[in-house]
Amino acid sequence: MSGTLSRHDTPATRGRPRRPGRTAADDRRARRSRPRYGMPLLEFAMIPITVAYLFPLYVMVAMSFKTTAEIGTSTVAPPEGLYTENYATAWTEADLGRAMANSVIITVLSISLAVLVGSMAGYAIARGARRTSGPKLMLFLLGLMIPGQLGMVPLYMLMRDLGLLQSHASLIIFYVGSLMPLTVFLYVGFLKTQSSTYEEAARIDGASWWQTYARVVFPLLRPVTGTVIIVNAINTWNDFLTPLLYLAGTPNRTLPVAVFSFQGEFASEWGLIFAGMVIAALPILVVYFFLQRHVIRGFGGGLKG
Amino acid sequence: MTVELARRGIGLRRSPVRGSTGGRRGRLHLVPQWFLIPALIFYGVVVLYPSISGAYYSFTDWKGGAAASWTGLENFQRLIEDEAAVASLRNTLLIAITLTLVQTFLGLLLALALNTAIRSRNLLRTLFFAPMMLPPIITGLLWQYIYVPGGPLDTVLSTLGLSGLSQSWLGDSDIALWSIIGSVIWHHVGMSMVIYLAGLQRIPEELYEAAALDGAGAVRRFWSVTRPLLGQATTIATALTMTASLKLFDQVFVMTGGGPGVSTQTLSLIMYKEAFVYGNYGYGSAIALILTMIVAFIVYLQMSVTRRGEVEA
Repeated sequence: MSGTLSRHDTPATRGRPRRPGRTAADDRRARRSRPRYGMPLLEFAMIPITVAYLFPLYVMVAMSFKTTAEIGTSTVAPPEGLYTENYATAWTEADLGRAMANSVIITVLSISLAVLVGSMAGYAIARGARRTSGPKLMLFLLGLMIPGQLGMVPLYMLMRDLGLLQSHASLIIFYVGSLMPLTVFLYVGFLKTQSSTYEEAARIDGASWWQTYARVVFPLLRPVTGTVIIVNAINTWNDFLTPLLYLAGTPNRTLPVAVFSFQGEFASEWGLIFAGMVIAALPILVVYFFLQRHVIRGFGGGLKG
Repeated sequence: MTVELARRGIGLRRSPVRGSTGGRRGRLHLVPQWFLIPALIFYGVVVLYPSISGAYYSFTDWKGGAAASWTGLENFQRLIEDEAAVASLRNTLLIAITLTLVQTFLGLLLALALNTAIRSRNLLRTLFFAPMMLPPIITGLLWQYIYVPGGPLDTVLSTLGLSGLSQSWLGDSDIALWSIIGSVIWHHVGMSMVIYLAGLQRIPEELYEAAALDGAGAVRRFWSVTRPLLGQATTIATALTMTASLKLFDQVFVMTGGGPGVSTQTLSLIMYKEAFVYGNYGYGSAIALILTMIVAFIVYLQMSVTRRGEVEA
């Protein structure tokens, strides 16, 4: 691009050494964007929009620190003091510690299994006979179109007949199966863009199929495995209806179910309910703020067709 | 930085690398298909078999016992005459269409605003996507409180001198559905924004420079460069929003339970009630089959309409 003189090359940006922490991409974007004087205006305009957008989250946190009496008189003002009793009560009354452990166990096991099983299938489809790879992928993609409601009753009956209802296993099986369409889709899409040279070299050197998969292919899949884990883990952690059907009323219930039934028990004690909600929301928000770039990239780029 | 990350993103690789052998792969290099078996078992047990069997039960009067007798189209006839089912069909379509249009448009506006050089862009991207991380059951509960009469929303309105706008947000059957839609847009708009941001960052810089050299102003550059090249992002954003909102359950379940009356009843909600509350498995499955057909039809329709507008950079 050097040598071309564009109208956006203002004396201010051209030829000046880059400020530390800025990348070429930042510079390019700075040049691409509309004239600079528009930016403070936009920056300013975003403030009320952002404040309004974050208002509900503020309400959730502020209410969780108020006594019931205080909530009765003020719904928007910040709490008068940090009343933490709500958290203690919510934690013990709703048994949120146990619910959180359940959510962790179910999410970790479901996602690990989905990654293993899905990447194997993606490998088989992307590196199998070309003629049949299209129909095989279509079979899995069908699952993206079928709403879960259609199979909900028969699957519930099947789990009941197998004696799996109310167990972690029922939900783990459910998630691995229902995550297959997206997972296989992402793995096949990624593998089709990768050269098979390394795998072929491994085969020629006498590696078995399993060794080739485990030592060569799986490590190669790392970037897309990251996307698979992030997108699937968030959906699994936040899922509500199936855990409600399978686990409600048992000590095995997940966090969203625990918060929901807690809400039923303490219908108008909003302080308690909000404390429970903050506890349930916090783990995933903390993970999000640490991994935000990966999460945003995973959702934005990973889901394209 | 984000541009580089986006370029490294898996969907963005432009030219697929061919297998080194090219053409037909020999037996040494054709992966044995037993690698597919575990996935097929899970997928078959959880998705394929239950869906096929659910489609079958929608033509029966199954109530959970051993015997289910074939009743042909009786369930579907009943559905047409069932006031709640017809209302839920109407509501489901209304939710899906409104959400898709409004949320996609707002997501695009946000993406355009946050793809500029403003200093706070990274922080704002993170913040606007944050609600997507929360369980829908929690955002539903949260908004139920926001909408409480005399609650946070009404308080803010009266502070701004707009108390005339106060409504019985979830209690008025003319308004409740729109209140729910509003809360879902708040929850999911970050998703549309992120898809459009990825799309915007894919547009080569050179095109803007060429357009600028040809004397195109900002509006013209948006209309002639950005708009056509965002076609694929639009396809993805609308398809995802449409399928998700057709199945909307958690928020409605917790905020109104379908009320007042049948004003916020959705297909997935009455399916749940018929099957798991009243034990009408056959009838519930028929509702689910209708939902499936709507999803399939709309996805097909929507793909063929928006695909036409797609242009490759």
